[in-house]
Amino acid sequence: MAEMLEVSGITKRFGGLVAVNNVSFSVREKEILSVIGPNGAGKSTLFKLISSFLRPTTGEVRLKGERISGLAPHIAARRGVVRTFQETTIFKNMSVRDNVIIAHHLRSKASLFGFFLGTGTAKADEAAFGQSADEILALLGLSSLAHETARNLPHGHLRALGIAIGLATNPSILLLDEPFAGMNHDETMRMVEMVRRLRERGLTILLVEHDMPAVMKISDRLVVLNFGQKIAEGTPSEIQANEKVIEAYLGSEDEAIGL
Amino acid sequence: MTPNRNTRISAVVAFLTIVFVAVPVAISASGRFDLYYTLTSVALLSIASTGVWLTFYIGRINIGQGAYALMGGYVSAILVMNHGWSFWLTLPAAGLFCAAASVLIGLPILRLRGVYFAMVTLVLTEVARLLALALPITNGAKGIVSIPLPGALSVFGITLIPDFATLQNSRLAFYLLAVTLMVVCFAIMYRLVNSRIGKLCQSLQQNEELASSIGVNIAYLRVIAYAVSSFFGGVSGAIFAAISQSIYPSSFTVTDSVNFMLNCFLGGLGYVFGPMLGTLVLYFGWDLLFQTGQFQLLIYSGLMIVLMLVLPNGLLSLAETTRKKG
Repeated sequence: MAEMLEVSGITKRFGGLVAVNNVSFSVREKEILSVIGPNGAGKSTLFKLISSFLRPTTGEVRLKGERISGLAPHIAARRGVVRTFQETTIFKNMSVRDNVIIAHHLRSKASLFGFFLGTGTAKADEAAFGQSADEILALLGLSSLAHETARNLPHGHLRALGIAIGLATNPSILLLDEPFAGMNHDETMRMVEMVRRLRERGLTILLVEHDMPAVMKISDRLVVLNFGQKIAEGTPSEIQANEKVIEAYLGSEDEAIGL
Repeated sequence: MTPNRNTRISAVVAFLTIVFVAVPVAISASGRFDLYYTLTSVALLSIASTGVWLTFYIGRINIGQGAYALMGGYVSAILVMNHGWSFWLTLPAAGLFCAAASVLIGLPILRLRGVYFAMVTLVLTEVARLLALALPITNGAKGIVSIPLPGALSVFGITLIPDFATLQNSRLAFYLLAVTLMVVCFAIMYRLVNSRIGKLCQSLQQNEELASSIGVNIAYLRVIAYAVSSFFGGVSGAIFAAISQSIYPSSFTVTDSVNFMLNCFLGGLGYVFGPMLGTLVLYFGWDLLFQTGQFQLLIYSGLMIVLMLVLPNGLLSLAETTRKKG
């Protein structure tokens, strides 16, 4: 399998603090790879580095061989690296459908001025976005809520909407930031199913997560961080047997890593 | 959802009839010609306010529109007085100058959010006043006076607009000019907000990080919106200078900047036509309270506070709730 995303020797320093220290790994095409680690391990920073929200101190990120680190976030998104956010990061005061439609921005062929004048291209864009949004909403089971104002959605649906927004940008790789946080067991299982369905559609997925049982269930491979460094990488069963990982999670007991 | 096409068209027709026919007829019947000046001011202030409204729409509190109105006034005055330009040419020139200046100013300051942006824009108005005092070209505190009235505007030998100085009633002419521009500005704004651009602006207002991660060039969009906003400010300032035939450093001050913002709040930040209604109510409200003498400011500010508490979404939100109930 070809490599989709390559993280090589990436380091991020905030003053004296080294949040991410010389981390390297790669994500293969159509793979689900999870980054795990105890609190403060540098997962979120790593995520921001990959999505270009932060500039690495040293090292680089490459997408399909092309360097993307150091670009502005909207350029990285344009290249195909799109992140969703923790918790309720959506456009709260828009309808669910409008949230997804607006996220089609990258696909628009008409210019801003074209949209102002309402040219043919702009109208074609609008129609295509509407149709695609409806498809995405159906895929994620949100069709019945399409005209609801986004801030009124229950927790699980909000998360699904966050993913719908990510999908609408037509990414090569989708970065999911703690997609299972704060969900009960049923919601988590539904989300696991949803993420699998996305992969079946040909998407590569990188996720950062705390919920170990879900991660073990869903991931092809895992990368474990502790104190900003990569301490292990491998399949779920390899990770569960890895002594360094068990040590890092010691104190939170075996069940934390899904044993 | 939005009201259907027919109601919208009839609303527009009714509005145009009122401002272009009913108001002039009523004024000439009653002989209150001073109202022309008042209503002209309302129209021009609402143009500047709708600019402020647009910056609100991308999530920025803008208390700096006075700076651009002042700048627009000076640009028009200087071009007419020193370079012999026709007033009609200086109108777009003033708008474009302000838009260009706002791009330069906006690039660094639009990165700020919330109260920080508001503070910087507040200072901007004061900076503009001090610059007008200090620069040689603006003639300091004496300002620029005796600006001639707008001349005739002809295209290919056909006179579209007659020379204002030859008119018996230049107040009516200014009224029609201001109202026409107001209609054009609000038509542009309505189109802007109801096209995809409006949705993009809303996405900035609601969550800039997310907007950026779905590929929206937020810095570019912010600057564009700010430039359009300043364009409106500059145009309105230019006409003010032409009406009063003068411009001074104190023509637009921090108070005006604050008022532009209040107009938007009062009308409603979620409604394109909010600034128009807000300006009308605020302008006449202030005048009505004149009789209360020394208590004018106290009552006025007290009312504003109450209104903001009771109607945080502005006066136009009243219309919305009645429509929902009915």
